[in-house]
Amino acid sequence: MLDNNQLLRFTTAGSVDDGKSTLIGRLLYDSKSIFEDQLQAIENTSKKKGHNGVDLALFTDGLRDEREQGITIDVAYRYFTTPKRKFIIADTPGHIQYTRNMVTGASTANAAIILVDARHGVIEQTRRHSFIASLLQIPHVIVCINKMDLVDYSEEAYNKVIEQFEEFSSKMLVKDVRFIPISALLGDNVVNRSKNMDWYQGAPLLHTLETMHISSDINKVDARFPVQTVLRPQRDGFIDYRGYAGRVASGVLRKGDEVTVMPSGFTSKIKSIDTLEGEHDEAFAPMSVAITLEDDIDISRGDMIVRSNNKPEASQDLEVMLCWLHNDAAKPRAKYTIKHTSNEQKAMIKEVIYKYDINTLERNMHDKDLGMNDISKVKIRTTKPLMVDSYRENRTTGSIILVDDATNETVAAGMIV
Amino acid sequence: MSKYYLNYLDELESEAIFVLREVWAQFENPVILFSGGKDSILVTHLAKKAFYPAKIPFPLMHVDTGHNFPETIQFRDDIIKELGVQLIVGSVQESIDEGRVAEERGKNATRNALQITTLLDAIETNKIDCAIGGGRRDEEKARAKERFFSHRDDFGQWDPKNQRPELWNIFNGKHFEGEHFRAFPISNWTEMDVWNYIKRENIAIPSLYFAHEREVVWRQDSWIPNSEFLVLEDHEEIVTKKIRFRTLGDITITGGIESDADTLEKIADEVSGMRQTERGNRSDDKRSESAMEDRKRQGYF
Repeated sequence: MLDNNQLLRFTTAGSVDDGKSTLIGRLLYDSKSIFEDQLQAIENTSKKKGHNGVDLALFTDGLRDEREQGITIDVAYRYFTTPKRKFIIADTPGHIQYTRNMVTGASTANAAIILVDARHGVIEQTRRHSFIASLLQIPHVIVCINKMDLVDYSEEAYNKVIEQFEEFSSKMLVKDVRFIPISALLGDNVVNRSKNMDWYQGAPLLHTLETMHISSDINKVDARFPVQTVLRPQRDGFIDYRGYAGRVASGVLRKGDEVTVMPSGFTSKIKSIDTLEGEHDEAFAPMSVAITLEDDIDISRGDMIVRSNNKPEASQDLEVMLCWLHNDAAKPRAKYTIKHTSNEQKAMIKEVIYKYDINTLERNMHDKDLGMNDISKVKIRTTKPLMVDSYRENRTTGSIILVDDATNETVAAGMIV
Repeated sequence: MSKYYLNYLDELESEAIFVLREVWAQFENPVILFSGGKDSILVTHLAKKAFYPAKIPFPLMHVDTGHNFPETIQFRDDIIKELGVQLIVGSVQESIDEGRVAEERGKNATRNALQITTLLDAIETNKIDCAIGGGRRDEEKARAKERFFSHRDDFGQWDPKNQRPELWNIFNGKHFEGEHFRAFPISNWTEMDVWNYIKRENIAIPSLYFAHEREVVWRQDSWIPNSEFLVLEDHEEIVTKKIRFRTLGDITITGGIESDADTLEKIADEVSGMRQTERGNRSDDKRSESAMEDRKRQGYF
């Protein structure tokens, strides 16, 4: 592998029988990422179950319950590497009751693969998966029209799905959508170009994933540095050292930059950017570094260092797209802990503005209950200001989670509007 | 292409440092679980980076089965001295002597499962609220479902079907007294990534990872090293082979492979051509299809 190879994270969504597991199995198998002992185990199970040949889908089975029921319950992560890139797959279940897992997998993804069965075309689940991809602002969406072998590799069938997809996706905010006709079962256009679809001029799936431009997926304009912890070595050579440790959330910070510490508003200049390797002239997202400032200012976890000429909004009133993730429904006007970057405050859901009907994608202005898997637009009030950007502009400083203090469970995830 | 992007190893490193700093900020009394294997050495190296120029602010904890490779213990003591951090040892032998656990019987008896009790006892006695481990999701199918911050109830048990969702990079380490967390900073690394990084950073690792002439016996499809704990079967014989180990566990169950790889470059080359997973040589994982899941549910690493 070359030294400048990047890491691409993608998520896969599909309905129960769209062939998602087979596709992942195929990607791993054809890119030679499945080891012999794993293959041996799958062959044994395939035989036991009476399948013809090796059932690649079995490769993604994880927990015992999943193997028994033949379904995916939780997000599972898979890895493979090609000479061009390293890939992390967030393999998420497609059933409606697992919307929360899809949201989880989508939250860190550069790309989403949405599977559509060529025989059935766009169905309710396709709409739901695409909606979640657009809500979570996944920068790239690849619609794989699967099971082309079952429609005689017909170009018409492929075009029909594209037409259906574009009809409803025009209302959504997905920047980059591509379509690829594949057969995960037989391998057409997954790793290798299909010999059965001369009419398709585009690249196979793996080549698309390998060459997609992802450097601009992270916001490189607005410099944001949430402080995780303060480093005070108090040892020889570093007696007065006070370093602010964190990972650059977005943008670029340079030595000598005029910075403001939020929420206090104190200003200073960046004196040094340090790592074990030594001093750096600049740090960009997503680098983990320690920053020292020219002036002694009281800074602690939860504060944010930003460039003085480009600040986020400090606000106690947030409008948030909220996805409810827990079995216990939201309690009206209950207090929750809100976590935002390294900051943590108390918060209250003041108002539910509307709730999405996840099937029709229409806004319901009357049903205001927040239950498991519900996606709603809400107003949240926090006890102290959070330093926020809109999620559309900044995935890191625009996202929050809510934690129920009575159970410590993560109950909701939100995108700041 | 913009110059403002990280290559995959730098991105994995930055992610791990972020996780380690979150652990330090969110917990009162975390430790690094240190086995002397390459993954826990890597985590320790990353912790050094995460807190530089301060030293690693938490102890290393070793669960000592008593069935160690002598090289591992030497390596552990050297690294403790170099870093100037505290070492906590949980001893399986003590757990046996105190009657907390009983030795397994039979031909393939190991102390592997016994570690669970010792580990959980050490966590409780030392009031540890987060144990940082070198577990990776590519290792095994149950581990593929692990979170970065993984909750354990007050019996130390993992409930894989009711895990807290983990979104973006916001980790929720909130817990009640008696409960603890496991944190996995190198979740997203593969075996190949680990070797490429160790090579790049030139990180010191025990000599066991490099090919040497060793006395071994062929058992369960791999080369088990000779040791004071080895009981030979009738048909078995000890031979000398050039062997190295891909993972280090108990000396009684860790199988080696025949290899000529005696430098980090050669190891990385060898691993990239491997067609077997690294845990394929661990007899503890061969017991059943859900061997790892079952142990993890009970509180295993």
